[in-house]
Formats: sequence, C-alpha cells, structure tokens
Amino acid sequence: MAKRVAIIGTGQTHHKSHRPDVNGQELINEAVKRALQDADLTMKDIDAVVIGNMDHFEGINYVDCWSVDGSGAVMKPIIKLTTGGTTGCTIAIGGYHIVASGLFDRVLVIGWEKNSESDTTGAITTAFDPVWDRLVFAGAISGLAAEAQAYMARYGATDRDGARVSVRDRKHATNNPYAQLRKEVTLEEVLASPMLADPIHLLDVCPRTDGACAIIMASEDLAVKSANKPDWIWATANRHPYSYLGDADYGRLTSMSESSKELYKKVGIREPRKEIDVIELYQPYSFAGLIWIEDMGIVGHGEGPEYVWGGNTDMGGELPINPSGGVISCNPIGATGLIRCAEAAMQVMGKAEGRQVPDVKHAISTGFGGCWWTDMILHGSEKPEY
Amino acid sequence: MDRAAIIGVGMTRIEGNKKTDTYADMAWEAVNRALEDAGMEMDDIDNVVTTSNDFWDGRTISCMAVGDASGAANKNVSCVEGDGTFGAFYGLTRSLSGSYDTTLVTAHSKGSESVSSLITNAAFDPIYERGLGLDMVSASAMQARAFMHRTGTTQEQLAMVSVKNHGNAMRNPMAQLAFKITVEDVLNSEMIADPLHKLDCSPVSDGCCAVIIANEKKAGKYARKPVWIKGVSFCSDSYHLGDRDLSRSKSLTAAAEKAYAMAGLSNPRKEIGLVELYDAFTYQELMWLEEMGLCGEGEAGKLLAKGAFDADGKFPVNPSGGLLSGHPVIAAGLIRIAEVVKRLRGDENGSGAKIGLAQGTNGLCGQSHCVWILGKDK
Amino acid sequence: MTEKENIIVESGGAIQPFKYAVGMYGSKFFAELRETGKFLAVRCPRCGKTYIPPRRVCGPCFAEMTEFLEVGPGGTIGTFTILRYAFIDPETGIQKPIPYGYGFIKLDGADTLFQHYIDIQDETKVKIGARVEPVLKSVRKGTIRDIEYFRIID
Repeated sequence: MAKRVAIIGTGQTHHKSHRPDVNGQELINEAVKRALQDADLTMKDIDAVVIGNMDHFEGINYVDCWSVDGSGAVMKPIIKLTTGGTTGCTIAIGGYHIVASGLFDRVLVIGWEKNSESDTTGAITTAFDPVWDRLVFAGAISGLAAEAQAYMARYGATDRDGARVSVRDRKHATNNPYAQLRKEVTLEEVLASPMLADPIHLLDVCPRTDGACAIIMASEDLAVKSANKPDWIWATANRHPYSYLGDADYGRLTSMSESSKELYKKVGIREPRKEIDVIELYQPYSFAGLIWIEDMGIVGHGEGPEYVWGGNTDMGGELPINPSGGVISCNPIGATGLIRCAEAAMQVMGKAEGRQVPDVKHAISTGFGGCWWTDMILHGSEKPEY
Repeated sequence: MDRAAIIGVGMTRIEGNKKTDTYADMAWEAVNRALEDAGMEMDDIDNVVTTSNDFWDGRTISCMAVGDASGAANKNVSCVEGDGTFGAFYGLTRSLSGSYDTTLVTAHSKGSESVSSLITNAAFDPIYERGLGLDMVSASAMQARAFMHRTGTTQEQLAMVSVKNHGNAMRNPMAQLAFKITVEDVLNSEMIADPLHKLDCSPVSDGCCAVIIANEKKAGKYARKPVWIKGVSFCSDSYHLGDRDLSRSKSLTAAAEKAYAMAGLSNPRKEIGLVELYDAFTYQELMWLEEMGLCGEGEAGKLLAKGAFDADGKFPVNPSGGLLSGHPVIAAGLIRIAEVVKRLRGDENGSGAKIGLAQGTNGLCGQSHCVWILGKDK
Repeated sequence: MTEKENIIVESGGAIQPFKYAVGMYGSKFFAELRETGKFLAVRCPRCGKTYIPPRRVCGPCFAEMTEFLEVGPGGTIGTFTILRYAFIDPETGIQKPIPYGYGFIKLDGADTLFQHYIDIQDETKVKIGARVEPVLKSVRKGTIRDIEYFRIID
C-alpha cells in the first residue's frame, strides 16, 4: 500500500555569494545537520538519501558518491536526481515517491550548489543543444528576456511592472535570515540598474549563490510521531515538455499551466486564488512573478501586473508570494527548488518566524528550469484524505 | 515491498560508435522496442524516468535531449543521474507510490563522443586526487591488485572471465565485442594499467536501454508475462579510495544481503539461477560475486576455471557477454536488468532459472552498488 | 596558521572535448544549407506541426516524422533580446563580444522558432513581428555558422 508522506524537518545554510571557508561536502553538511536538528533526529534514523545539483557548476562527476562525507550517506543508499533548475523540486518529488512507495520510512533530501566555483552562465549555456542552441544562447537570462519581450508585446506590460515584483521579493528577503540579498530596493533603483538583456535589468534577476538545503521526509506513522507538526505532501506534478528552446510558446509557461491543472484536479482545488494561502515560486527573474501566476491560474492572462500592484502578493495580502524573498534574493541553483519546498513546509509547520504567513492550510512550492520546465508540490497542514 | 514487475524491455545494439545517432535517436529505438515487447502504446505509459549523466553527455541537463523521444512531453517525468539500476529503482518507487501505475525507464550514453579518461578523472576529488591523473582504469587497476593480493586470484583467472564473456557474446546479437579468444590472447594483449591488459577492460560503447515497470494492478494487463521484482537494495561506501579497504566492497555486501532478505532468499547461492553483473573489468566479475556472497572468499576464480559460471551451467554469470562485450556507461546496469528479464522469460537461454540477480554500480571502484532480485513467479 | 586563510585551488585549463553527433535529420538540414542555402523543416504526420530544427520525433504525438519541407528563408521576429552583459563563451573559452541581437525567428512556414543572431545596427527596428531574412556566408561548411545573422527588412 502506498503511504502518505510528510516533511518533518528542514535545514538550510546562510546563503552567500561565496563560501571559501567550506568545501562542497562541508557546505552540504551544514544543511544536513540543521535539518536533523530541526526534526530532532540523528543520521541513524535516516534510511536513504536523495541528492541533486548541476554537475558542471562545480565540475564534479558522480556527486552522489563524492558527497557522502557531508551528506551522511556512508553505508546508506544514496541516489542522485538532476533536471537542471528544477532539480531542487525534482528531488523533493523524488523523496516523496521513495517514501510513498513504502521502501524507506525516512528519507533525507539534499540540494546544493557552489556557484562561485565556476562561470555560471557558461555552465548554463552548455545545457542547450551543442549543434543548434549554443551559438546565440547566453545562459538563463537570454531565454528569460525573450519570454519577457513576448509577454510585454502580447499584454502591454512594462518594465515597471517587472520591477514591482523585484521590490516585493527584496523587501520580503529582509525578513529571512538565510537569504543572500537582504537589502530593500526601490522601483527607481531596479529601473536604473544596468540593462543585461532587454528588458531585464540587473536588479530584475537572481544572484549567484553558494548554499545548501536539506529536508527530511517521513511516512505517515513516523510523521505523526515527529517532534514537529508535519507538512503533508498532498500532490506533486511536473512537465518537461521541450527538447529545443525554439519549440516553446514565448510569453506563456505551458508547463506550469499543465502542472497546475493536474495538481488542482488531483486534490479538488477549484479556486486556487482562494484555496492556496502562500506560494514559494521558483521565480528567477521579476517578470516571471507576473506571467507565471497567470499560468498557475491565480489570475487570468494579462492580469498579473494589476494583481501584483494591488499588493495582493505582498506579506499581508490576499496570497503572499515568496515570503522568503524568493530566488531574486538567493539562488544556489541545485538547492533553489528545495529551498522553495522547505520554505513552504516551514509555513505549513508554523516555523517561518519573521516571514510567517498566518494560518497556512495549503502552500505551493515550484521549480523552474530546463527548457521551460515546471515541477510543483502542493503542501497541506491536514493529512490528505486519499 | 508491494508487488511490481518488469513488463517490457528494449535496447539498441551496443556499438563502438553510433556516428549517425543522436541520444534522441537511440532513445526512440530502445523505447519503441520496449513498448513493442510489452504490447503497449505510449498512451499506456503514465510516467517516465530517464537516466543519463551530464559529464558523459557533455551537456548540463543531459535529460533534455531525450524527453521527446522517450514520450515524456505530456507526462510527469524525472531524471536519475547514475547507473541505470538506480534509474530503475526510482522508476519502481513511482509505480508503487500511488501516483502512477506504469513507469518507462530509459538509460543512455555515448562513450564515443568524449575522452573517457577525462570524464572519469572528474569523479576524483579536485583538490587532492584529480591532478594525479587518476581515471577509472588506473583506479580499478589498483583495486584489482588489492583483490588479487588478498584472495590469491591469478592473472589467468582474470583472463578466463574475458574468454567466457566474449564467447557468451557470440550468442547475443546486441553485443559489441563477440569473439572467441584464449587466455593467452588476453595475457598477450597490451598492458593498460598493471595488472589489467586491454582484454581485461570493457570497451568504449554507445547504447540505450528501456524497461517498463508496472505495479501489481497493471502488471498482468499487457502482452508479456511479468517478471516480478522480488528485492532491490543499494548502498554507498566511503568516497576516498584511501578510506576504504579496496580489496573489499562492503557496500555491495550490504546491498546484496538486504536484497536477498527482501526477496526471502535464505540460501542465495542455491536459489539464484542467473547473474548479470557489472564487469567493467575482468576482476570485477570475480570480486562482485564474492562480495555478494555468491561464492566463498578467493573461490570465484577457481570456480570459474571449473566452468561453474558458464552460460549453459547451473549458475550462469553474464550469459549475455556482460560489460566486457559492450559497456555503454549509465545504460549498462539497466541492460543487466533487461538481460535477466529476457532469460527468466525464456526468450534467451537462461538455463531454466527461476530467480535472477542484476547488479549495477556508481562511482569509482564500486563505491555504490544497486542489486536487483527478479523472479519468474509471483 | 595564525590567521584565517581560505585556500582556493584552480582547476587550470582543464577541458573535456566532445564530438557531438548531429544525427540524420540535422545532417540533412546542414547539407541542404551548405549546398543550396535553403532551410529544411520536418512535419508531423499526426498533428501537422512543422518543426525547425528538424528532428525525428514530434514530442506531443510521440510520432516519427519523415516529411521534409522547405521553410523560410524569410520570416518574422518571434521574440528577441539584446545581450548586453559580458560572459565567457563555453564554446570558445573567451568572452563573447557584446552587445548582440538574439532572435527567435519564425521562418515562413514553420511552427517553431529558429534561434540566431539578429542585426541590431538600428535598435529601433528590432521589434517582435519585424520581417527578417538570413545573411548567408558565401563559403559554407555545413554548420550553424553558415548563417551570419538575420537582417531586418524595412
């Protein structure tokens, strides 16, 4: 019988642009120790480990094997999942299936990256087809800029709309002691920052970060005995629809609309805007905070800017997005999706401290990456009925 | 463990250089063969797990190249980075998690496109070890020495593994290196890294494999008689070679014991009738057999010499020809599973075995292993 | 060690060279481009979608495609950006010259977008929907660089 699964502990590093004081294994270990401490467990209680990152950011092959001194997986099962930017959410979904299968009762999930150790844009560029895509592609920002251009042309949005999202996330980050960029920015500062790739300014995009995140997932019996209030996993869904960049529908994130529909259908959500209490969105640049909430079905196509300007996604608004400060404030890529998951779990568990949204019954965390791909998790405070 | 089964397998021919094939071309071929084998359509598959490695493919997010060709465009999909046995493990859990019923698992690699020694060098610690120029071959040579020293296994016994497996490959149309050779041929072949001669080493290969895993609800609904998954376990040892007793593989012993227990095997040596294992080098076949407890310490070489592991005997080991006859990294372990499945079903010679074992490995010198016990009967 | 010191080890110029197979579909495209300067796409027998670059499988239909057809060479800008930040080009190991126009081109007759450089001499003309045509090299070798860039037609 498949088992219900909950997150019972989370841990993350204090994310920084450069951590020369630790090697990769030591960075991982900081997050692992904090997750174990949060769940009041020791490594002996862990049955298996799931790990993920993007190999070419550190240049280490077989990271599952290399990591064991930090991840605690010596003489334990460890498996590596990797799907690019979505990795952090992919490994959380992996931990979910592995526990739900009944084969392991407590699984440690680890995402990490030391982006300071290589040229991030160069490494991302090698993600794309060597024959067709690499000539012009310039890392994540170029593709995102193409999306923003298309969205602006289609719906009449402006770069001020994008900047408003940056202002929100950077303000939220001041409440999060783990975030890398914890200084507020103004609309004018965003718009005056250097143009990287039209229409994206420097302050519209995520930074490069060294950091790690770990969560502990448990099967139902152990979850209810946990020291913490469990964060129940209600459903997961994902779509990785394209192999070539030119296949996408620029201006819409179809992988997110498809994943959202599946997620809502699985659990019977009809009005996500009212039934979801908080979202941790893998939003690597500001415009995604407009476009993707439309694809998620929170508001209609073209309505993202108005909804965001109305303060609805700010702390205290109708549906706060990224209380953590999100990806714009912190982006250790292989960990980023898992940080979204951990932050959503903390909201459900009531452990989000200065960034806590009151009375969270349902939260969504997402991962973005690859070729316009989406991974999603629906979290809940009550045990799912099915 | 809840019941689940493998209900279809397919693979490309293993070749030294598939010059005309992209990763997607190989996936298309293997996936369609698996669907045909299972008597299924792509619509019958409800989720996909691909297995690949960014270093071997020379591409970050290597799974991106094979999504469309693996039928993943409209489905839930994930990617394991590691040997195909690990990819299949994750596929199994997805079929048992209550979210999905039928998981398509693929694994691919094209060794021909890169310089293998540079790829495996990148698995060593960048600060202490990489600069020494170590690669998979040189590290494995050290392990071979350590194993031979502890057990008294001889160079001739290693050579006999090569003779047997290349000979077995002559009955496998998918194999890359199928030929009849002698112990002398192996011993006279070029010395690559003492004690490993060229014919002690597996070749550089291209290939893709696909298997379909279904839970009990769906396992019997399609054309093929299911091959049941009785036990699966994996385990990792320490990372640094100097932290381990290289003549041993503790993690393999642990994984095998757990898999036997899950499968309810009390006397695996007798109950298992067929083994497909990860013989990237000749010594590994003997060492892995001993470390899985399938023969006594230092006995594997002697038993081999007596013909105990021959394809037509009671305990065939690598009847397909093993990795020595074709080694597309990543796909290799999934191919072991597929070869066991075909033989338990009786569509290839399996000596009438009812229980088979498949083994795959990740990392350097067998740091992390995954062991599968498969059964003909429920 | 008297004071805190964090040592960094450089990997040096380690590179891992690759020989990427283009495959039969891409090879046909590049051979045609080299010989005639024409752009080949491939059409799905099931949904009728026309893909460029040509490839074997229509993902959503999981159908093998075999019907090649000529598209372009003219087209419109589907979407674009102008790259203004410096980064190391992993293909060459040196900094990529900036700024450059990065276009997703909707070639006439194709349903997917083709990526290449676009001319940005007059930035005011670079708009979604603008008509473009390729500028080809006179000596072509059968690679993506046989196209110099796409020129905006007034």
